[in-house]
Amino acid sequence: MSGFTLDKQTPQPAPDAPIVLETVVVRSWKAPIAFGIFTVIAFLLFVIWHRDGNSTFRLSSDGDVIQLPTVVLPSTVTGIVVTILLAAITALSAYLVTTGKKVPLWLITVFGVLFMVGFLSWAAAGKAIPITGLLLGTVALSVPLIFGALGGVISERVGVVNIAIEGQLLAGAFSSAFVASVTGNAFLGLVAAMIAGTLVSFLLAAFSIKYLVDQVIVGVVLNVLVVGLTSFLYSQVLTKNEALFNSPPKFPRINIPILSEIPLIGPVLFRQTIIIYLMYIAVAVVFFCLFYTRWGLRLRAVGEHPQAADTVGINVNRTRFWNVALAGAIVGLGGAYFTLGSVGAFNKEMTAGAGYIALAAVIFGRWDPLKATLAALLFGFTQNLQFALSAIGSPVPSAFMLMLPYVVTIFAVAGLVGISRGPAAAGKPYVKG
Amino acid sequence: MSETSHTPPGTVQPVAPGEAKPDTTQPRSNKVLAEILNSSIVISILAVVLAMVVGAILIALTDPKVHTAAGYFFARPGDTIAAVWQSATGAYGALFQGSIYNFKRPDFLNGIRPLTETLTFATPLILAGLGVGLAFRVGMFNIGGRGQMLIAAACAGWVGFTLDLPPVVHLLVAIAAGIIGGAFWGGIVGVLKARTGAHEVIITIMLNYVAFYLITFMLSTQGLLQAPGSNVPKSAGMAENAVLPKLLGDRYNLHAGFLIAILAVVFVWWLFSRSSIGFRFRAVGENPNAARVAGIDVKNTYVYAMLLSGGLIGLAGVSQVLGTVTSGFDNGIDAGIGFDAITVALLGRSRPGGILIAGILFGALKAGGYSMQATQGVNVPIDIVLVLQALIVLFIAAPPLVRAIFFLPKPDGSTRRTRRSAKKEVSA
Repeated sequence: MSGFTLDKQTPQPAPDAPIVLETVVVRSWKAPIAFGIFTVIAFLLFVIWHRDGNSTFRLSSDGDVIQLPTVVLPSTVTGIVVTILLAAITALSAYLVTTGKKVPLWLITVFGVLFMVGFLSWAAAGKAIPITGLLLGTVALSVPLIFGALGGVISERVGVVNIAIEGQLLAGAFSSAFVASVTGNAFLGLVAAMIAGTLVSFLLAAFSIKYLVDQVIVGVVLNVLVVGLTSFLYSQVLTKNEALFNSPPKFPRINIPILSEIPLIGPVLFRQTIIIYLMYIAVAVVFFCLFYTRWGLRLRAVGEHPQAADTVGINVNRTRFWNVALAGAIVGLGGAYFTLGSVGAFNKEMTAGAGYIALAAVIFGRWDPLKATLAALLFGFTQNLQFALSAIGSPVPSAFMLMLPYVVTIFAVAGLVGISRGPAAAGKPYVKG
Repeated sequence: MSETSHTPPGTVQPVAPGEAKPDTTQPRSNKVLAEILNSSIVISILAVVLAMVVGAILIALTDPKVHTAAGYFFARPGDTIAAVWQSATGAYGALFQGSIYNFKRPDFLNGIRPLTETLTFATPLILAGLGVGLAFRVGMFNIGGRGQMLIAAACAGWVGFTLDLPPVVHLLVAIAAGIIGGAFWGGIVGVLKARTGAHEVIITIMLNYVAFYLITFMLSTQGLLQAPGSNVPKSAGMAENAVLPKLLGDRYNLHAGFLIAILAVVFVWWLFSRSSIGFRFRAVGENPNAARVAGIDVKNTYVYAMLLSGGLIGLAGVSQVLGTVTSGFDNGIDAGIGFDAITVALLGRSRPGGILIAGILFGALKAGGYSMQATQGVNVPIDIVLVLQALIVLFIAAPPLVRAIFFLPKPDGSTRRTRRSAKKEVSA
């Protein structure tokens, strides 16, 4: 196997340039097409099937020091304006592509935000939407997804496909609830969650690195194992004495002095529990370390080309083992959020597929910690949007809103939104020699 | 070929021709023993035993009676050991009585009922396991069993409760609709993989959720799948003509879906060992690059494989809707079978016969799991079955681990080499 790949590489030392060009071309043409599809949808929804009335956006709640005015938009007019702007952006992106330029990320962001504004004003015609509440719920739903995505990014970057995010989240949720309840200390629960996530990772790493079992199989089976184990212990132990075993203390909200008074952003980002502040730190640290430290360089080298890494003296399997363990610890923190941050008590299968959405975020975010975080936020937003819209009586069936993250991921993976290519050696065990 | 005649009659394991060459380094009996101990069947059995032992430890550790006895362990250690023994044997006794034969019932016809329950539970597991196994052998992971089952169940169910057809025709049309539904949902994956190179694991996982929410929506919308005039997200019951007939009369739940499962096992065996498309499947599964060089259209093979895989898993959905739960279905009709099927296929090593046995084993675990949960004085939550399944597959996937735990000899590198060189001699 190893000899084979070497043979293939020697005769073509520097054909890098055409490959890079090709990916640029592919990526560029997808954006205008996707823009076009969304513009057509916008035209159909906002203009043809328009809804009359005013939609109200409340930007601040009553307790805030600085009050922002309430924005009132007439639905039909907003829809038409938004559709025209969307069409303009589509034309601009098509122009950029024909002149050989890339469509910048900010343009995609502007497009997305505009579409959302149009959609919200269309869906909420005649009603009021509390924007603060919408964003607050988004952050709450995104926390486990972001931790899961960070763990997934680390694990896949080092070359181990992590399908077991779901299991790591669930193990974290269970053990944090149990330990925090018994000890009465939420911080010990947090530590327990990290340990539980790491243990699941150890299994994943041991079976995939030492026993060379297919990583996807191990991941899927570990998820089944953790679901079975936590459900079993829940029924057999936790329910026998809920007061002692399953009533963990929740973390209090901490208001960060000045930042929490910023209108709109303050209440959403800086009046949160410690887990969310840990999340900000985790995202920043993982991003910085992955791309600007020796640890990150080695990690990525092992995931992209283990042979090369081995040649320069990096112990591939040890690097993989400990980084997968680290990924498990980070995902475990996300699991703790279910019990110590939001719900308060453990329940059977309470993660409800969050691990798989986190996996989707990893792919949609193209294995980049920041983009994966943004993708997780997007998925959290669509989930929460469904709650908000069903609360005000939405015209879209809630099932379709819930479906959205998954459909978006399929589009992303199928390359319609942009080419997604993972670390080259992810999923392949490394056998020295 | 004259060497084959050297093979001593009565060896337990079918031995390759070259094996018969007398080995001077160790007595033959040792070698035969090593062969048997390292065969995949022994590893599979040991894996099941190991998983059961771990399960027993879990059950004993969480049993309150063991806790009370352990409270005075140093005064009377025998009590703790007895409690542990009772806890484990009680649980597995209930498992046996719930899955094979119940000795508490007065006559044979009542006592054997658990075995028919086992086969009923095994039916969809075998069918879905065949689908997952088929994809495995073409080198793909079909984790989308849940979605394919849901779509198939919806299609078969819709035909089952809306159309009005003569007896046999109605059943056949409903089954066909289910197969088409499952094949369609699986085919999407095949097409996306073939045309865009997307990884099927991600696509299948995502399509599971898409199917789930799609079916949820249709089940709560009048005129689609919801029972007319109802508020509950549940479909109407199946028409009498569309229900799979009971095999052993009305006192047992076993239905004709089991026969379909047996037929499917035979079909998959035929497909892989006798048909040309099965040959292409195997070639692509072994090495897609070599298959492409040999002139096989790899991309289309992926599509066909996913169509067939989805169709087989669709049959599992059909057996659920038209056989097991005929009074109308909700969005939980897949009952986790799509995921269980992965473990079934792995345990059965993707071979039709193996999947049949693995499906029956996991069917027994399921049937017995309910009795473990319900039996007075045992009351072990059914979730232990999931733990057992996962452990069995983990152990089977890692033979070195099982060998290390049971102190089995490692498969000897030298024997393998002699076997290979011997084969060369034989063929030459």
